[in-house]
Amino acid sequence: MSEFGQFKNIYFEECSDLITHAEETLLSMQAGDVSLERINALFRAIHSIKGGAGSFGFNNIVTFAHEFETLLDHLRNESIIFTPDICQLLIRANDVLQDLINLAKADSDEKPLQFFNVHAQLLEILEHHTGKSKTAKQVEIEEEAETTFKIVFKPNPNMMQFGNDPLFLIRELGSLKLDQKSENFSVVMNTDEVPLFYEMDWSLCYCWWQFQIKTIHSAARIREVFEFVEDDCELIIEVLEKNVKNQTLSDESIKFQNNKPQEMIILKNDMVDSAKNQKDEISHSIRVELDRIDRLVNTVGEMVIKQAMLIDQAQLIQGEGIHDFIKGLQDLNHHMRDLQDYVMAIRAQPVKTVFSRIPRLVREVASELGKEVNLVMSGESTEIDKTVIERLGEPLMHMIRNAVDHGIECPDEREKNKKNRAGSIHLHAEHKSGRILIEITDDGKGINRNGILKKALERDLIPVDHNLSGDEIDNLIFLPGFSTATEVTNISGRGVGMDVVKKSIQALGGRVSITSTEGKGCKFTLTLPLTLAVLDGMIASVGGQQYIIPIINIIETLRPSKSQVSSLIGCHDIMLLRKNTISLVYLHEIFNIPNAIHEPWNAIVVVVESEGGELIGLVVDELHKQQQVVIKGLEDNYDPIPGISAATILGNGNVSMILDVAVLKKLGQQQYKKGSIAEKITPSLR
Amino acid sequence: MKKTVLTVDDSRTIREMVSFTLKNVGFEVIEAENGQKAIDLINQTQKPDIIITDLNMPIMDGIEFIKHVRNVLSMKTIPILMLTTEYTDDKKNVGREAGATGWIVKPFDPEKLIQVVNKVCG
Repeated sequence: MSEFGQFKNIYFEECSDLITHAEETLLSMQAGDVSLERINALFRAIHSIKGGAGSFGFNNIVTFAHEFETLLDHLRNESIIFTPDICQLLIRANDVLQDLINLAKADSDEKPLQFFNVHAQLLEILEHHTGKSKTAKQVEIEEEAETTFKIVFKPNPNMMQFGNDPLFLIRELGSLKLDQKSENFSVVMNTDEVPLFYEMDWSLCYCWWQFQIKTIHSAARIREVFEFVEDDCELIIEVLEKNVKNQTLSDESIKFQNNKPQEMIILKNDMVDSAKNQKDEISHSIRVELDRIDRLVNTVGEMVIKQAMLIDQAQLIQGEGIHDFIKGLQDLNHHMRDLQDYVMAIRAQPVKTVFSRIPRLVREVASELGKEVNLVMSGESTEIDKTVIERLGEPLMHMIRNAVDHGIECPDEREKNKKNRAGSIHLHAEHKSGRILIEITDDGKGINRNGILKKALERDLIPVDHNLSGDEIDNLIFLPGFSTATEVTNISGRGVGMDVVKKSIQALGGRVSITSTEGKGCKFTLTLPLTLAVLDGMIASVGGQQYIIPIINIIETLRPSKSQVSSLIGCHDIMLLRKNTISLVYLHEIFNIPNAIHEPWNAIVVVVESEGGELIGLVVDELHKQQQVVIKGLEDNYDPIPGISAATILGNGNVSMILDVAVLKKLGQQQYKKGSIAEKITPSLR
Repeated sequence: MKKTVLTVDDSRTIREMVSFTLKNVGFEVIEAENGQKAIDLINQTQKPDIIITDLNMPIMDGIEFIKHVRNVLSMKTIPILMLTTEYTDDKKNVGREAGATGWIVKPFDPEKLIQVVNKVCG
């Protein structure tokens, strides 16, 4: 059915919705909320998936969905009773079905790992219940022959009340005639039974017909014309003459028969009522292609920039009425901001879409490791821009995997420590102070501080005479190359440590940290910006060039005194800030900018948080204003530039680079190795 | 004048495929995702010339819908085809009793769909 190929995408989208919804329903049933209505909804979902799969030739899906659907059918008829074990099986079957759909999407005919296991279990329950399914083959010998049939067709009077019209049937019969020659088909209508005009009932059929037709088709094909009215008429098909050309054998049809108990399609009263009470979920939304939204977001972003340019330019003009004009532009600005908010809101999606993969992940990891874990999710309706959601999935899954793998103890160990055998993980999302806050809390064994310290010292990640607080020790796990797992398990240890997670989150402009209580549990806290499309930035200039420093990264800004700045021998320059020493990073060095101010005490130092949570001081000439800028990615046209995350266009029309604060320290160190500033300036300090 | 087909199915994929197939041979097609919405559609716009409906739908399923069309809306002559994944004798009888004209099995062959629609509707 290749002409339906274009519908494959719609089918996959629909399947995605159905499977997600089915999983939710199954999980709530597992938690105790069982009802006939839910089982029915499940049945319909699997039924739809099966139906569509057949049209596209996804035979694996059809086979599997068939048994799955049959079981659900028995459950909704109550001929099989719903038990927790069956619920488990249904959940696993749903997982397998999801895998099958993903494989079909990837054009693969493979069967997922769990397929045979789960399929066998389904078959076992069904066979046990209803007796084996039979397959019966009907083989007909088809002869290619020119046959002349005589057909008598006598409809019952009420035949037309089922929507069948003799005229169309006769036309279809006529279309079977040989060579389309009119002498090969004759129709004689008998009107003996037709009553007088005023006695007629228009809904009844009073006529009957005799046909003669010469055709190459078989009697079975003739009968098929009348398939819908078989029970409402008298039909006699006789062969008058036959010229057999040659004989061929073929399988005419293959029918499956199941010994199923009588199906009840009539709705029970409670289902009808609850169906009426069911909230109409599908009404007030439309599907829009992402490209269209992206274009809209981009255009609005451009408008915001242009508008800022206009205001800047207007302020340079003298003349009458110019103040009113500027005021007008500023009013326009308010509307633009509103428009921008509304447009961004279109792309905002509930976190649910990312969270939806988590329950299955927890199930699989827990089961593989022999642990019991309860997952609770809250705040799933919190909305985030699509751009953030797409990149949130991976790091989130890693943290959850980590929690199950390293955090939650085995049931026996938990019992020994007077905890519940099943560990719990709470995944929560909310808006807070213009950012997104996501927390992953577990009640596992927490971080082993001594173990962490030991590893950190062993690997020279911290100095021996450190005086790190408990929290700071916990956050050491985010350092690169850090894994204290005694064995790198299959699950978390695929070379992905927490440092990669932290990098991913930082790349999104967010932050992640951990708090832990040994023996009691851990909490990961992530904060993320609401969107990746716009950014609140501080404009800083270095040697006449303007750069943007994301506000979110800025801790503090100051002009240090000479006495605060010194250079460490064999190392970079540092600044004393209250009790801390902060490494200085010279932007003009990193980006080779001439005419910049070199002495920190004549410049401005912007204290920011770099990789690993360390604070560094960026030395810039001066700071201008704070501004919301539209982020323009450079990936389409350029290779990655170290130190630059993206670009933007300022109100004055100039292009300005947005700094990638996290890597600036490393870049500064690389520059240092080429000969530091300190050596040039410290003569004056000594 | 073009004839109008009303397709009722909770699967968007199926609705689109039916619509595509029949529009290509000159029908107008309107869609509804369950029996209740189909009834609303019939009452608000003109009556269709033929109805193709799935049996398993939420809110109001196919059999209820067919009964409603025949009895409550008193549309006795309009052809109603059931689009369903299996066709056992049981289903056939219940369908007939409700007033269905005929059936097509899912997954459907577009040629067959067109043939069956012509059989009942021209």
